Amino acid sequence: MIFFWVLAAILIVSAVWCITARKAVYSVVALLLNFAALAATYLTLNAEFLAVIQLIVYSGAILMLFVFVIALLSSGIAPFSVGPDRLPRIAYPALALVLIAVGFLTRALVHSAVVTPPATAGPSSLGPVGAAGVFGSVADFGTALFTTYLLPFEITALILMVAVIGVVLLAGDQAPYVATKKREEDVKREMREAILREGGQ
Amino acid sequence: MNAMAVPLTNYIALASVIFFTGVAGVLIRRNPLIMLMSIELMFNAANLLFVAFARAWVHNAGHIFVFLVITVAAAEAAIGLAIVVTVFRSSKNVDVDDVALMKG
Repeated sequence: MIFFWVLAAILIVSAVWCITARKAVYSVVALLLNFAALAATYLTLNAEFLAVIQLIVYSGAILMLFVFVIALLSSGIAPFSVGPDRLPRIAYPALALVLIAVGFLTRALVHSAVVTPPATAGPSSLGPVGAAGVFGSVADFGTALFTTYLLPFEITALILMVAVIGVVLLAGDQAPYVATKKREEDVKREMREAILREGGQ
Repeated sequence: MNAMAVPLTNYIALASVIFFTGVAGVLIRRNPLIMLMSIELMFNAANLLFVAFARAWVHNAGHIFVFLVITVAAAEAAIGLAIVVTVFRSSKNVDVDDVALMKG
């Protein structure tokens, strides 16, 4: 129980730090702390495979992507310019709304029947985590993923492929569908020159 | 049914707080990178609820769903960051309030 409160404190503090940090890099550090604490929370909830996935995919891949983009955008000639945040203007209304929303959501969920689990356990069984066939073990997760939920798993491959194609189209070296200022000026200059040539003949 | 050491309502409250912290981040920041990170916070709050409910029900469908959500979140982060890079390349400015290219 005390472990839960420590993790909850880390999660909330790092989340708030993430959205209030002045620089994007500090936000990434806060988010890293948040993801690590979340992985620990998953471990306390018998989700050992998800804890590892959380660390590898979120902390390893996604946050590296963020750091890479921050480095890319900050290293140009023009500085990474972002205006002042809307924090001073709407911080207090936003905070009030957030507290009200948290209150309503928690109250609604606490009073709904969905919070009381059924007396009968699900298809998995509880036991020492790590053994095969026990809820939350890698074997249990893998069996479910490759039998009952095979089709959704296959569809994630499609989603990832679409994402890869989209990223290459958007940010690739020869992105064809992006109208940059420079390209726009090039087109305009070519058009002017063409008009001048036509006029000279 | 084995009783959980920590009541489910605690996890619901914790996930709500994290989720709405992410909402507040999207609302008050103008840096698109931090807005994307706030979206990741919201994803994680939802994932925490899935895992907590899966544990309470002793049913691993929640775990599978979290796995799928993490995949979608990775795709979303990659595409979002690609858009940020593209916008920055074309205008040298990533203030979300100044990007009005698609304004009607």
